[in-house]
Amino acid sequence: MIQIARWKIFLILAVCIYGFAYSSPNFVGGQTHQWMKEALPDWMPKKTVNLGLDLRGGAHLLYEVDLDAVFEDRAEVFAEDFKKSLKEAKIAKQSVSTIKRGVRIVLDNADDAQEVKKMIRRTDPRLILSIDTLGTTITALMDEAYITQVQDQTISQVIEVVRRRIDMMGTTEPVIQRQGLNRVVIQVPGADSKQLRDLVGQTAKLGFHLVGGEGKRKISEVSLSYADTPMRKINVKRHAIIAGDMLDDAQPSFNQNGQAVVSFRLNAAGARKFCSVTRKNVGKPFAIVLDNKVISAPVINEAICGGQGQISGGFDVQEAAELSLLLRAGALPTDLKVVEERSVGPSLGADSVAAGKMASLIGLAFVLVFMFVGYGLFGLMANVALVVNIALILAILSSLQATLTLPGIAGIVLTVGMAVDANVLIFERIREEIAGGRSALSSIDAGYSRAMATIIDSNLTTLIAAIILFSFGTGPIKGFSVTLGVGILTSFFSAIFVTRLLVVLWIKKTNPKTVPI
Amino acid sequence: MNMRGIRFVPQDCNVNFIGMRMFAFAFSIILVLGSIGVTVQRGLNLGIDFTGGTVIEIRTPVIPNIEALRTILNDLDLGSISIQEFGQIDDLLIRLPAQKKSADWQKGDEEPNEVAIELVRETLDEAFEGQTVDYRRIEYVGPQVGEELKIKGLYAIIFSLLGILTYIWFRFEWQFGVAAIIALGHDAIATIGLFALMQMEFNLSTVAALLMIAGYSINDTVVVFDRVRENLRKYKKKPLLELFNISVNQTLSRTLMTSLTTLLALVALYTFGGEVIRGFVYALIFGIIIGTYSSVFVASPVLLLMNVRRGAPPSDKAAEAGAPEVI
Repeated sequence: MIQIARWKIFLILAVCIYGFAYSSPNFVGGQTHQWMKEALPDWMPKKTVNLGLDLRGGAHLLYEVDLDAVFEDRAEVFAEDFKKSLKEAKIAKQSVSTIKRGVRIVLDNADDAQEVKKMIRRTDPRLILSIDTLGTTITALMDEAYITQVQDQTISQVIEVVRRRIDMMGTTEPVIQRQGLNRVVIQVPGADSKQLRDLVGQTAKLGFHLVGGEGKRKISEVSLSYADTPMRKINVKRHAIIAGDMLDDAQPSFNQNGQAVVSFRLNAAGARKFCSVTRKNVGKPFAIVLDNKVISAPVINEAICGGQGQISGGFDVQEAAELSLLLRAGALPTDLKVVEERSVGPSLGADSVAAGKMASLIGLAFVLVFMFVGYGLFGLMANVALVVNIALILAILSSLQATLTLPGIAGIVLTVGMAVDANVLIFERIREEIAGGRSALSSIDAGYSRAMATIIDSNLTTLIAAIILFSFGTGPIKGFSVTLGVGILTSFFSAIFVTRLLVVLWIKKTNPKTVPI
Repeated sequence: MNMRGIRFVPQDCNVNFIGMRMFAFAFSIILVLGSIGVTVQRGLNLGIDFTGGTVIEIRTPVIPNIEALRTILNDLDLGSISIQEFGQIDDLLIRLPAQKKSADWQKGDEEPNEVAIELVRETLDEAFEGQTVDYRRIEYVGPQVGEELKIKGLYAIIFSLLGILTYIWFRFEWQFGVAAIIALGHDAIATIGLFALMQMEFNLSTVAALLMIAGYSINDTVVVFDRVRENLRKYKKKPLLELFNISVNQTLSRTLMTSLTTLLALVALYTFGGEVIRGFVYALIFGIIIGTYSSVFVASPVLLLMNVRRGAPPSDKAAEAGAPEVI
């Protein structure tokens, strides 16, 4: 105990220096930190703790991606394909219908079944086929690999479109990640949640559809309501002549009447198609449909062949700008639904940071004073260790770029209180040994070695709790467990090694006969 | 210079804690049964983390008339909306129940909960006649996510208890483990009872606080038990009751010092840490006080009841687990 190997001393000092150096960016002012970021090489301390959205303000949105709709679409495409192929092969059928993640074909004649099976295999080998006992009903279901592929594709498409939209908004450091099977989490610092929801939540699926007849709709048509007057409905053809992905560009502008409109330009294929369709349908109306709502249904006055046009729908300037942005970024492959939202305004974030700082400093001051009153000189040594501990926590959090949340600050404050526990255990033990009649040095020695088992026990139990909280926790629980876990590790180091070093140095210098504790 | 610390507990402190065990048991049994009773009867005030729903925190430009706002918002037909003051007079916390899709809802329509949030925002903006209302926080949790968070929270509790239990089982004789778990359950149940009694919001942070309390309670108990085990080997002849008393008294100073420092830090957090984490810190403060009580008055007396074995053989579980030996 009285001796500490030289290399250990260096190691302890090195860790302390790491702690102070790498936590320092958190304490310097904005300008100095800017200088550090620019002038220092990467391995030098320049990172600060990454503040969570609850501290810096911003929006956290969890969206559920409607995958069922995607599979319905796919099944529909298969069904159309099969119908066409059956017709071509002149095979008599009763019906071709979509079922959950698959298609069911009912044939007139069981003899055709083998032929149809071959045909389906040619279309897509990833369909699992089965025939009922009568031999006339064939069921084709998408297999696991196909389902997984479609899911992954859809989610990455969603993420891509959302990223494009958010990038256009000009925000920095957005987090857009898949969560679980069918969810996407979006975190944007500094964003207003309403603005973000308007931007992300809209599918923005645009289509130009020919309008069907009045009255009862045909099977090839759907009845849609107008965006501005939901009670008014109109029958339009199911199939769009122009879809959103045929747009080359969309910009807000004004028409000759001074109304805000969205001007668009079609790509070459779109322009050709639009030209030929409009030529054939002069005098008839066509509907501009956005997300299953009719924006307007103008009458085609003449063939439109330049590939350019305007969408007017009683927008205000901001709506026109928003819609242009959405059309440029492209449509989402399917609908998104908010299932969780947590947004914090900048004022609450700033208040929480200030409150957290204040509470930590005052809590620390309380503990420092209390330890000095309780243990005198040894209390001071424990206090040095405590300060090292806090520097280490901040240094590690900065290096790992872990996110510090408000419950995380609570975790730090709590470890401040608990960090002294190891030293309390040792000091109390030293007192007992002195009372038991041992000499100064041997009391200190025995105090350290006997308290050790208990210290390990108590730290390990809390560490176990922290690790499990981290792995099962979400949100506030996770933020709290990170700082708690890091805090336990650093407090173990600082309380055992740092105070021990100080005690040894003190013994060497004063060669004490009694222990002032 | 003589920098000696002040002793809060005298060296020769010898309080007959174990002798008071009947009073302590009576108190603890009433506490635990009362907590269970009040939890069953009143139920927990589950927050939106678990029930789903929306919470909006606003700072108003002028001192608000809460009654008037309550009337206006409840006229919106969004279910029962509650408004309460949050920390200071111009901070309000507004809770909306989860909204269901109406019968004529169709694909492409906006999500009803989003619509509700917008509606409330517009109504509030109107109520303050164009003066800026600061929307400090908006939290919406869908019913399905709420259900998932409930399950995850439950898992977190179960697995951390199992983890702690496994550790205790490795380090101590089984009697110690059982006594420690009884003390821990005592603390956790009492804390849950407090939440039911005060009808404070029980949310994800509360779960974190409960687990923290469990960790702290075990921590405190382990320190006392370590000493009991050490003394069991040291004094082979002393009556168990006396030996337990010695152990509790020997560790009393540490128990109080650590609890006090932790409480000091928490009181600072409670006072200056802001309204958002106040409930969380409140739970911790209560838990640490009850945890300190239980490590002295519950854990050791229960262990005494369990007829703990004396003088463990050299190859006891501590050595097997590879943990450092206490001389």
